[in-house]
Amino acid sequence: MSEWRDDIFDCLQEAGVRQVAYVPDAGHARLIDRCHEANGMRAVSLTTEEDGVALMAGAWLGGDKGVMLMQSSGVGNTINMLSLVKNCQFPLVTLVTMRGEWGEWNTWQVPMGQTTQQHFEVAGVICYRCDKPEDVKETVATALRFAYYTNSAVAVLLGQRLIGAKIFPED
Amino acid sequence: MTALNRREIVAKLLADRGNDLLVVPSLGQACYDCMAAGDSPQTFYMWGAMGGAVPVALGLAIAQPDKRVICIAGDGELLMGLGALAATAAEAPANFAIACLDNERYGETGQQHTATGRGANLTAIAAGAGFGTAMMVTTEDEVAAGVKACRETPGPVFVTFKVDDAPEEAAIPPKDGAYLKSRFREAVVGKI
Repeated sequence: MSEWRDDIFDCLQEAGVRQVAYVPDAGHARLIDRCHEANGMRAVSLTTEEDGVALMAGAWLGGDKGVMLMQSSGVGNTINMLSLVKNCQFPLVTLVTMRGEWGEWNTWQVPMGQTTQQHFEVAGVICYRCDKPEDVKETVATALRFAYYTNSAVAVLLGQRLIGAKIFPED
Repeated sequence: MTALNRREIVAKLLADRGNDLLVVPSLGQACYDCMAAGDSPQTFYMWGAMGGAVPVALGLAIAQPDKRVICIAGDGELLMGLGALAATAAEAPANFAIACLDNERYGETGQQHTATGRGANLTAIAAGAGFGTAMMVTTEDEVAAGVKACRETPGPVFVTFKVDDAPEEAAIPPKDGAYLKSRFREAVVGKI
């Protein structure tokens, strides 16, 4: 398994992240496992992405730094809940594995994947993008610092070229 | 419809709250009820983000395990985010309770009927989601036990209070989100 996922985990630990909200996702599977196993870190499995936005707000209210893991197909679910982040100036960091772009096979992933960044930006979320493994660590570390220091919402879009396109047997 | 009064219920839920009770009311009447009971920096009023009150309170409960967290939510609020009940029960926070003020109406939008007046039972849904304590309070005699469960019983606790659907007098809390966040953090975490 590629080591950039471990780089992300190291970034979360170094930043003192205590709550990791996620909606299950194959691209983040290894990271999710590591967060569940980590001492001092609570990985919370949610049924929909807007709950992750809200959970992060609650975590911050209680003094915990958090990060949300999700897939691009869930970004549309977050839009109204992002009004909570904007109104209250909560910091938010979300790490988004991209679908519907480089090498995609599933037509249904394309509409959300191709408009993820636009949706986020309209909702007030700053987007950083990673397509190369060597960029991941610095980008995630920077996103964490920026969000917590400036009460900003930041999404790191982990490109499908980085993750590797899902291969279906029918291909 | 029984005649439990929502303001009286909330006043009892928040009585003598001290510094160790953290409260997240959902948008609309639940916020006004909490304001009428007495403003506090340890109340995080939600003026929007419908469906988000339970996960906000869950994140808070995980971050502050030594303090009691009560999410005071309307039935419409909870119906919008039923998945959060399953996620909350799975996390099983011992310091967490949901007090549902169930008037069977969408009060903010013109008193339309919610599903709870048409067959849905949020207490049964919470029990099915895995809440260890899930109660339905419909009479004055049951109120004290419901309040005690919300304040003291090891969580996660879910209590439905069937309340009158008559609107109460407005009691408007602060609505500046950044202010609400900062004063809450200052009071609970000791820094903004």
